[in-house]
Amino acid sequence: MPIPINIPVKGPAAAPSRKGEFRRSPDDAPEDLRAMALELEAKGEWIVQRVPEPYVEVQTKYGKAKKIPLQHTWHHKSCGQCGHIPGYSTSIFWLHRKLGLEYNDPRDQTSCTAWNYYASATSNSAAQAAVAMRNFAAAYETGYFPQIHCATSYGHYKEVRSELIHHKELRDQVRDVLKKMGKPLVIPEEIVHYSEWVYAVRHEIAKRQVLDLRNITATVHPACHYYKLVSEDAIYDPDVYGGQRTAIVTGVAEALGAKVADYSTWFDCCGFGFRHILVQRDFTRSFAVQRKIEVMRDEANPDVTLTHDTGCVTTLDKSQFAAQAHKGVTAAIPVLSEAQFAALAMGAHPYRVCQLHWHSADYHPLLEKMGIDWRERWREFEDDLERLKKNPGAVMTWDDADAASVPPNPEHLAHGGR
Amino acid sequence: MATGTGTGASSAGLARATPGGSVERGAEPPFEEKLRLFNEVTQDLRFPDYLYGCYECGICVAVCPSARFYDFSPRRIAQAVAREDVELVYEQMNRDVWECSQCFSCLRCPRQNNPGGIVTIMREVAVKNGLHSAKEALEGYSRIIYKIMSTGTQVSPDMIRPDAFPDWGPTAKETADNLEVWRRAMPPETMHTTSSSWEVDDKTLTELYLIWHLTGVLDMIKTLDESLHMILVDVMEEKLEEAGYPLGG
Repeated sequence: MPIPINIPVKGPAAAPSRKGEFRRSPDDAPEDLRAMALELEAKGEWIVQRVPEPYVEVQTKYGKAKKIPLQHTWHHKSCGQCGHIPGYSTSIFWLHRKLGLEYNDPRDQTSCTAWNYYASATSNSAAQAAVAMRNFAAAYETGYFPQIHCATSYGHYKEVRSELIHHKELRDQVRDVLKKMGKPLVIPEEIVHYSEWVYAVRHEIAKRQVLDLRNITATVHPACHYYKLVSEDAIYDPDVYGGQRTAIVTGVAEALGAKVADYSTWFDCCGFGFRHILVQRDFTRSFAVQRKIEVMRDEANPDVTLTHDTGCVTTLDKSQFAAQAHKGVTAAIPVLSEAQFAALAMGAHPYRVCQLHWHSADYHPLLEKMGIDWRERWREFEDDLERLKKNPGAVMTWDDADAASVPPNPEHLAHGGR
Repeated sequence: MATGTGTGASSAGLARATPGGSVERGAEPPFEEKLRLFNEVTQDLRFPDYLYGCYECGICVAVCPSARFYDFSPRRIAQAVAREDVELVYEQMNRDVWECSQCFSCLRCPRQNNPGGIVTIMREVAVKNGLHSAKEALEGYSRIIYKIMSTGTQVSPDMIRPDAFPDWGPTAKETADNLEVWRRAMPPETMHTTSSSWEVDDKTLTELYLIWHLTGVLDMIKTLDESLHMILVDVMEEKLEEAGYPLGG
C-alpha cells in the first residue's frame, strides 16, 4: 500500500508547516571541510585549486553557499557511463558545447577506482587517496577545474578529502607517492558533480529548449553517493521539496517544464550494490524492480525516470528486461540521466548525441510523447553507421553531431507538445 | 575489553589461520587470531569516525536495501564492533559484510555512525588477510579487478556480451555485435575505445601502477589470487621499469 506523501515537489518552502518540522541551519552543519582545506594550505600542507570565474553560487544542505564553475572544467569521466551508457557522457559534453562553455576532456585521467573499492575492498585508504590526488594534480597541471561525472567518484572523493584533512600521516604518505611522479598535492576548493553544473545552468538550458515537455511526467531517483556520503555538500533548495530533499535533478526537470511525480520509495537505493551488479545480479534486479520500478509505476506511472549517476541509470534501466520476461509485463519505464533529458529538450540527436541505443528499457514511447521522430533519427544514425563501416578508422565528430541537432518540430510546438 | 562470548561462537568451521597469516576454510582459528583481525579493524585510521554508539533505533536497518533481501543488519555490524564482540565480528567478516550494498543509506543514523564504512574496513581486513570467505565472495570478480588495475577504468564496452549479461535482454547482443562501429559513432574523441571506457595515456597508467605498488594493493591481490597477481605484475613491471620507477620487490 502506498505511503501517503506530504511533501509537495514544488513551491516556495513547499513543505506544509507542521509542529516540530525539521529545519536545517548552518549551525547544524558538520565541520567546514572547505575552510579546513584552506587552513592546511596556509600551513603549506597542500595547494587548494580555486574555483575559476565565472561561477554560480548554489545552496547546500545546511544553507552554505557552494561555487559551481561554469566553464574551464576538467571532465573527470565515469567508467560506467563511458563504457556502458555513453550517451550520458556525450550529453554532458554536448550541453557544454551548446552553451558555449569550454572544457577539457582529458586522457590523463583514471577512474576513481571506487566502484571496485566498494565492490571488492581490494584497495586501502592510502591507495584510494593517491588515485584521487593524482587525478586532481593532473587537472591542476592543465589549469582546468575538476567536474566529476560519477556520483560515486564525487562521494568517494569527498570521503578522501575528509580523511586527508583529518589524518596528517595519510597526507604525508600520499604526498610522498605523488612526489615520486613529480606531482604536487592539490585539493580542489569545491568537489563538484556534473549534476550540480546542470542544476546551475538549468535556466540557460530552458532558454534554449526546443521541445515542450509539459506533458511529460518524470520520477526522480536521487543518487545515494551524491547526497548520503558527506551529505553537507549536496544541493538543497527551499523551493524544491520544501528543502527537505536534495533538489538536484528535480530542479532541472521542473525548469524544463516537466511534471515531477513523487513516489514513496524515493530514499531507497537503486540496488546497484557495486559487487552485486557485476556478479550477484539477482539481488540487484529484485531490488531495482520491486522497490523502485514497480513502486514508481504503481504510484506515479511516469513517462521516464531521471537520475544522475552511473550505477543508477545502469541498474534501473538494465534490470527491467528480466522482470518483464518473468512476469509478462510489457510496459517499461525508460531511464535517462537528466543530462540526456536536457540535451533532448535542447534538440540533441537521440542517437548521435544521447546514444539511446545503448539503453535497454523501451524509450520509444517517451520520444514520441516528447515529439521526436525516432524512426527518422534512427534512419539517419544507420546511415552514419554505414558510412563509418565503409571507412575504417573514421569516427563521428562533434560537427557531425552538431549538424544533426534536431530542429524544433513546429507542429509539436504549436500544439504545446501535446 | 574485547570478548569472545558473543553469538559468533557458532561460526566453527568457517576458516582457519595459516602460518603465513592467511586464513583458509577449515578449523576455527584461535581466539587470538580473531582478536588480531578485530584489532586491525578498530585500528584503521577511519574507524574512530565511523562509530559513536548506538540508540538501537533501527533506522539503519529500515533504510538498508540488503536487509530487505538478506539476513543482514547494519545495526548488528555497529553493535558487534561497539561491544567488542570478537567472535561475532569474525563471523560477520566471513559472511555478512559481502551482502552490504555500500549505498551508505545507513548514514541516516542519528548517532552519525557509518555501518557501511565499518563494513568497508572489515572487507579490507578480510581481503588483506586472505580469508576464504573473501575469496569466495570475489569468485568471478577477478576479471573486474584486472580491468580496473590494468586499464584504469572499471568496466569496458567489450564486457557487454550476451553470455555475461543475458538478463540485460537483446540489447546486450546488439551492442556486442555492433561494438566497434558503435564506439566510433560517438563524438567525444576520448571514447572510441572498446577495451577501456576511454583512452587513458600510457604515462597516466604507469602512474596508476606506481600507486598500486607503493600502497600495498598488489600485496593484497597476491593474498587474494596469486594467478591474478602474477598477471598484473607482468603487465605493470615493464611499464614501471621503462618509466624509471624503482620497484623494490
